Amino acid sequence: MVTCINDALYPDTGRAVVTLLRRLGVEVEFPESQTCCAQPMVNTGYLDEAVPVVRNFVEAFEGYDAVVTPSGSCAGCARHQHAIVARRGADPALAAAVEATSARVYELSEFLVDVLGVTDVGAYYPHTVTYHPTCHSLRMLGVGDRPRRLLERVRGLTLRELPAADQCCGFGGTFAVKNAETSVAMGSDKARHVRDTGAEVLVAGDNSCLTHIGGLLSRQQSGVRTVHLAEILASTEGAAR
Amino acid sequence: MVEASKPAREEILGRVRRALAGVEPGYAVPPSPRIAPVSDVVAHFAERVADYRAVVERCSAADLAAGVAAALPAGARVVVPAGLTVPVPGADEDAGFTAAELDGYDAVVTEARVGIAETGTIVLDHGPGQGRRAISLVPDRHVCIVRADQVVPDVPDALPLLDPRRPHTWISGPSATSDIELDRVEGVHGPRTLHVLLVD
Amino acid sequence: MSATFVGMPAFPAAAHAALGNAQLRHNLAHATGTIRAKRQRLVDELDASCSWEELRLAGAGVKESALVDLGTHLERLEETLTANGATVHWARDAAEANAVVAAIVKAHGVDEVVKVKSMVTQEIGLNEALAAEGIAAWETDLAELIVQLGDDLPSHILVPAIHRNRAEIREIFLERMAAAGRPAPADLTDEPAALAAAAREHLREKFLRAKVGISGANFAVAETGTLVVVESEGNGRMCLTLPEVLVSVVGIEKVVPTFHDLDSLLRLLPRSSTGERMNPYTSTWSGVTPGDGPQEVHVVLLDNGRTNALADEVGRQALRCIRCSACLNVCPVYERTGGHAYGSVYPGPIGAILNPLLKGVGHDDQVDSLPYASSLCGACFEACPVRIDIPSVLVDQRAKVVDAHRGGRPKVEALAFKGAAVALSDSRRLGLGERFTGLGLRIGRRFGASKWTSARDLPPAPRESFRAWWRRTEGGGHGG
Repeated sequence: MVTCINDALYPDTGRAVVTLLRRLGVEVEFPESQTCCAQPMVNTGYLDEAVPVVRNFVEAFEGYDAVVTPSGSCAGCARHQHAIVARRGADPALAAAVEATSARVYELSEFLVDVLGVTDVGAYYPHTVTYHPTCHSLRMLGVGDRPRRLLERVRGLTLRELPAADQCCGFGGTFAVKNAETSVAMGSDKARHVRDTGAEVLVAGDNSCLTHIGGLLSRQQSGVRTVHLAEILASTEGAAR
Repeated sequence: MVEASKPAREEILGRVRRALAGVEPGYAVPPSPRIAPVSDVVAHFAERVADYRAVVERCSAADLAAGVAAALPAGARVVVPAGLTVPVPGADEDAGFTAAELDGYDAVVTEARVGIAETGTIVLDHGPGQGRRAISLVPDRHVCIVRADQVVPDVPDALPLLDPRRPHTWISGPSATSDIELDRVEGVHGPRTLHVLLVD
Repeated sequence: MSATFVGMPAFPAAAHAALGNAQLRHNLAHATGTIRAKRQRLVDELDASCSWEELRLAGAGVKESALVDLGTHLERLEETLTANGATVHWARDAAEANAVVAAIVKAHGVDEVVKVKSMVTQEIGLNEALAAEGIAAWETDLAELIVQLGDDLPSHILVPAIHRNRAEIREIFLERMAAAGRPAPADLTDEPAALAAAAREHLREKFLRAKVGISGANFAVAETGTLVVVESEGNGRMCLTLPEVLVSVVGIEKVVPTFHDLDSLLRLLPRSSTGERMNPYTSTWSGVTPGDGPQEVHVVLLDNGRTNALADEVGRQALRCIRCSACLNVCPVYERTGGHAYGSVYPGPIGAILNPLLKGVGHDDQVDSLPYASSLCGACFEACPVRIDIPSVLVDQRAKVVDAHRGGRPKVEALAFKGAAVALSDSRRLGLGERFTGLGLRIGRRFGASKWTSARDLPPAPRESFRAWWRRTEGGGHGG
């Protein structure tokens, strides 16, 4: 699952996932009927509208051994919220399909560490980075230190501690526009902490959060780039970015 | 007292029943976990009480009367409950004083029912030697005698020792507040000094 | 306190004012930062000796076991309280509860009462109701006193004056104490110890003469008819012990089945609340104790929307809340906006679910805005000592807000989501390829992209979408 945001705005992240997984010997497919995990609808309260989207999701990913996605948030929605949507749809067949699919959904770092059993993915990234553990990865999925363990094995990479790392960046989906001022206040503090690390690159496992923090860092002309974890892990000495 | 009370009762209980229609009433409560044993429960208690900036002194039974006397400032007006096992020369025994009368006392000496080591808590059940709740509240200095054999490791050990029909006061250090910038400051309405004599 | 939350604007508008107040944000960041660190240290300490998670499960279990059989426990509580010499009253709503309390106070011919800090009496507006009957209700908790003297509104469950720093508190005491009784000393400094001493002197005369005390309760034990009040300053002991008459207003969700059930809750609450192993004072009483404390004891059992919450399958868990305020202290939204923006005595994450559950959604924009006052980061659930899954309840309440507005004229947002649902339920409808890139931006624009771009840049649109690349290169097999 590439996710709708990555498909539309961050194709490089999707391509990095494909590159990385193939390098690790995984057979990768992109079922073209996939669209979105329905999280925007669910988290804004539009459950009726989420039902056909979740139906499409389970149909698109039926029959695969694993559904891997470079987003803690979308993985969290599939694992924890699709069942709520299925209940709303009052469709036992959909509920059964959701149960079967959601158990096979993995956030990228989970898939690498837990399923493939690797932490050294052979990456090379000669930059100073700091890592923001996004809330849904951290608290909804409990990915723990998996992304850090992966980053620590990237050659050339210097990891700087992010102060108050586990505080939310303030993105929060439609929260970012419904409560834009509070969202920006939270994001500004996050951006300040990022700048304080002196890192060149802010890395995270969710491009939605990175869009928000990156938008602030860019407006502040901080010079800090935001890069998805997948793109760093996909980088190799031959093709260093 | 208010006429609405009876229909209110029936209506609230009716709403509760309707709200819970189809909900299974039995619920298995998981047991609350116990802390790992500490080697010296009494020392642990002393340390934890002192953590609240209470004064903690350990003494033998023989030295207790002297310890109490030393804990009371010279010339202090002292009130004691009926049934206190330690003599306090010059103290007045509580005779059902009013709150205003109690406000004229500088200190109170009481015993206790239980000491809880992990949380540094003293529990009074206001029996003999402890007195009415008011006497250990209004005077500014509380000298409290806790026997070492009254100290238990943690809260779950204390509850079975307490009679729920009696009133209890759980005391963990002197009166304090965190209301100004969430910083703890000792000394508001309750006794500003808590002096604990721990009798071995 | 003449200030009131009535007529507060919806959350985003209320937050606007708070976000612009640098002093407020500084006060909040300092206070919540302090308490977060203290709480975490004690949670870690306990976890090293047993298991914080198991303790949470036990605490949640106790409250859950009470709620799933609430009718039985309430009837038992009434029976035991009555047997212990207390008088039990029932109140369906705020007006009924206030009338009961006012009638008791008037029956004793007094024109003032002393109060222990109690969320429920704030919820029902008891002070204002008593004032209308010519009865002065003196708040005796330090923070409540600061709020009352300052003609202000509470902004935190535990520390209602958290938005005030020491210098502001000094000003309030110097200016306002005299009109309410004993004035503050003229040489008052802003040292917290000096401020606390001023409050001690000011309130002591009120404690000593009070005939009627009013409290809430943290817990009400059904089996034994025991009420429990957890506090720090000793003002609670004063109000519960010195007056001749004690009236306790208790929400029906405060009941726990047995005395032993207090174990996990008394271990969880202070650590989660003030970041202490135990709070300075906990008082328990079971009706009337002859010769000790109030000889006339009343308990008012209050619904005021709690049965609405109880009927909500997902939201019911909010009634487990023990009002520790840990969720406020860890909430990144609360830390920036403060409590007033929530327009209720229950602010923060718990307020964002409790208010709509108690009041119902679909008829007040302010209440309807609260479930959206969260980024769903989950820090509240992680901190909650009774494991209330606040993010899940928030999401469920959002669905209830949306559902309550279905059938009327749809808002722009509803139309956008209906459109998105059609587009996203079948990739062929997206027109595939490049056109997909535009979808996200189109939805974004409908939502008001200006709200995004006022402070944040948007990323540059890519040359082609992922799916366009996949098609062009046949799955990355060539080119790209």
